[in-house]
Amino acid sequence: MSIKNPDAIVVGAGWAGAILAKELTEAGLSVVMLERGPERTTAVEGAYPDSVDELRGAVRHRLFQNMAKTTVTVRNTPDQTALPYRQLAAFLPGEGVGGAGLHWSGVHFRAAAEDLTLRSTVVERYGEKFIPEGMNLQDYGVTYDELEPFYDKAEKVFGTAGTAYKVNGQVVGDGNVFAPSRSDDFPLPALKDVYSAHLFRGAAKEAGYHPYSLPAANASAQYTNPYGVQMGPCNFCGFCSGYDCYMYSKASPNVNILPALRGNPNFSMLTGAYVLRVNLDDDKKRATGVTYLDLATNKEVTLNADLVILSAFQFHNVHLMLLSGIGQPYDYAKNEGVVGRNFVYQTITTSRAWLSEKQFTNQFIGTGGGGVAIDDFNCMNFDHGPLGFVGGSPIWVNQAGVKPIAASGTGGGHGAPRWGEGYKKGLVNTYKHAVAIDAHGSNMAYHDIFLDLDPTWKNAYGVPLLRMTFTWKDNDVRMNRYVVGKIEPIMKALGAEKYELGMKKYGDPFDTRFYQTTHLGGGAVMGTDPKTSALNRYLQSWDVSNVFVIGSNAFPQGMGYNPTGTVAALAYWTAHHIRTTYLKNPGPLVQL
Amino acid sequence: MPPSHLVPSRRTFVKGLLGTTSFWLFSGHQGWSDALASNADSPYSPAYFTAAEWRFLQAACERIFPHDDVGPGALDLAVPEFIDRQMNTSYGRGEDWFMAGPFQDGPANLGYQLPLAPRDLYRHGIAATDSYARQQHGKAFADLAATDQVAILTALEGGAVTLGNVPGRTFFEQLRTNTMEGAFSDPIHGGNRHLGGWVMLGFPGARADFMDWVDQYGPAYPFGPVSISGETA
Ligand SMILES: Cc1cc2nc3c(=O)[nH]c(=O)nc-3n(C[C@H](O)[C@H](O)[C@H](O)COP(=O)(O)OP(=O)(O)OC[C@H]3O[C@@H](n4cnc5c(N)ncnc54)[C@H](O)[C@@H]3O)c2cc1C
Ligand code: SF4
Repeated sequence: MSIKNPDAIVVGAGWAGAILAKELTEAGLSVVMLERGPERTTAVEGAYPDSVDELRGAVRHRLFQNMAKTTVTVRNTPDQTALPYRQLAAFLPGEGVGGAGLHWSGVHFRAAAEDLTLRSTVVERYGEKFIPEGMNLQDYGVTYDELEPFYDKAEKVFGTAGTAYKVNGQVVGDGNVFAPSRSDDFPLPALKDVYSAHLFRGAAKEAGYHPYSLPAANASAQYTNPYGVQMGPCNFCGFCSGYDCYMYSKASPNVNILPALRGNPNFSMLTGAYVLRVNLDDDKKRATGVTYLDLATNKEVTLNADLVILSAFQFHNVHLMLLSGIGQPYDYAKNEGVVGRNFVYQTITTSRAWLSEKQFTNQFIGTGGGGVAIDDFNCMNFDHGPLGFVGGSPIWVNQAGVKPIAASGTGGGHGAPRWGEGYKKGLVNTYKHAVAIDAHGSNMAYHDIFLDLDPTWKNAYGVPLLRMTFTWKDNDVRMNRYVVGKIEPIMKALGAEKYELGMKKYGDPFDTRFYQTTHLGGGAVMGTDPKTSALNRYLQSWDVSNVFVIGSNAFPQGMGYNPTGTVAALAYWTAHHIRTTYLKNPGPLVQL
Repeated sequence: MPPSHLVPSRRTFVKGLLGTTSFWLFSGHQGWSDALASNADSPYSPAYFTAAEWRFLQAACERIFPHDDVGPGALDLAVPEFIDRQMNTSYGRGEDWFMAGPFQDGPANLGYQLPLAPRDLYRHGIAATDSYARQQHGKAFADLAATDQVAILTALEGGAVTLGNVPGRTFFEQLRTNTMEGAFSDPIHGGNRHLGGWVMLGFPGARADFMDWVDQYGPAYPFGPVSISGETA
């Protein structure tokens, strides 16, 4: 197939790519979007009842990255040999049109102001010395006030449901008292609380905390977004996280953005197009376009463009930068270079309360983004002075719909039989009467945690795999244990007959066998200093100024919240600066 | 042989179907005729497993998920049939996994590193467990008393036994995982016969619409399960 060189190439058809493609075509550019996976639409993959099949969905991962073709290698420390991540488990990268945005859950947060200025805030409150040895604590280089209009725009596009606390400085509702002021309310009212969330709200209040409804990109009512596309109300079907929403209720690039792009003659989407590298000119200061493998013909195709957007997801973006020679690769031994530096993740542990036999928690009822949270121990909302760690966690009930195969893994909880005699009793009792409470926390960046190219393993296209060097550090374990301890008064107020607190343990390495989250971050971070960031504050490569890299790769450290709200806001922020400044005068948006 | 009340009967199956509106909504759907075929009365003959392997599988699955007063066991739920059917899917052939070499041992927390697809793991694991059973007790696993079977599975789970170059634990976890999948997945995949796994848990299956039940706080959800093909229980 021959295809005309466009003005801009967008690599990856997830949220980040869809937002950039929409904005760039609005600016009059011709855009080609390249997606390695297949086309996906709600009418096909989302069609009921085939879509509500737990085995094919969340267990066999039909919508996720095809691991047979490519993966990463993982090790815990730089002196180990990294081994391939052969089976999807700990994290679940997306593939195909919509990316992970098709099968995400929908929790849709704005960052706290201090998340974006974490280093300055910690230093201001506690001094430089408070930062643990080896931790690369950094600011984003953009403030909440600067991003606010773009958070607002993203929420309107996603049809996000929530309850505001402050709008334009005025308290307007029973929202999160720790959340910064907003320029407008949520486009939709908060979703209803399921029973577990309702109980948690009451118990958290009784414990003296400040519960609020999780902001959710799962529509609480019929909604038409600014692009004119429609969402139907979520029916709490429970087949949410890991599934394509058959109700058109969960925001996805497929439902919320792409329908407004598809008819545009300036836009084309190529699926089955695996981008191998960004091509650079001789002095490596300018990208000329990209080379991709057409998976249908197995032929390499080179496309030229003036502007290249990498939006292939956090670690794929870093991988493509390393393969293309964009920016200086991070050298851990020398502590130099930036591409691969500050690789981060998300801490998460689950605690559980067992209620009386008269209380049925009907855990299969729920929606991916719905629930009730407290932020009393998130971010900088509490005094870290005597605690000796940086970071924090929201605590929440986010009953996204627990299905039986997933429940069979939890069984009767810690210490209960995993099979055989007594197993089913614990399983059934837990499934019917338990409430799960998560501490979903931050993860700080460290000098010896990073991404680079694996020296041994290659993927099916002959490309060296990306290598992850990652484990949990004491700072984050201390944080998790402290915050989880604060769940205890909630357990008491819930009147739990029995409860267990799920905590991280000191020294336990990162374990690739168990799902945690897909909230990977960093590796090509934004910032104000090219020695510690790969991208400037507009997500533009410091080195190759016609390449912008959009995704959670830009986060200098992992925050307590889920990433996608901030990924989408950063995407709109970048697009705004490309449209208003860069296109008029292409070149670096930040002069040193 | 499972007790006769657990042998699937076409009559109850069809009655279940007619009792649900979903049947009318989804008749004509490809899935449902597949499911009907799989629920026929004739005993299932395995497509992948040999007769000896099949005997092992039936015994081992039942020990992992035994019939008791809480609910049906693996045999009631046709779990071995589910596993046999999975062996002939891309999953069973290892095509959902990254299976490019080199293959190198490593710490358990870095995950599965064997060059074996699930179907190869079973072939190897069953033979090795049977020979271990013979060595310890003079009989194949399936012919042992339940307590001896449990002891062997416990030894595998605990990592005390290595099956050639496959850690016992790896084989055990494969078996345990697939047993649970067979007990609780939609019957379209061959297990969870008569939705028995879902009835036990109180899971309503493919209903997937709780608009009217989200804020009913406390009582159990009142409706029984329905499957993708429209079967109810
Ligand atoms: C089960 C699950 C639940 C989640 N729940 C939440 C949640 O509740 N809240 C939240 O904030 N976040 C959640 N996330 C995370 C969220 O899905 C991601 O943050 C978000 O989708 C990332 O968007 P993206 O556009 O950066 O990347 P993606 O959505 O991953 O899109 C990247 C696309 O690029 C393509 N691609 C990659 N490499 C190449 C290449 N070389 N050539 C061509 N194409 C390529 C991929 O196939 C993919 O389609 C969840 C994730 C998962 C898996
Ligand atoms: S829970 Fe709601 S948003 Fe999620 S898949 Fe079901 S209907 Fe869609």
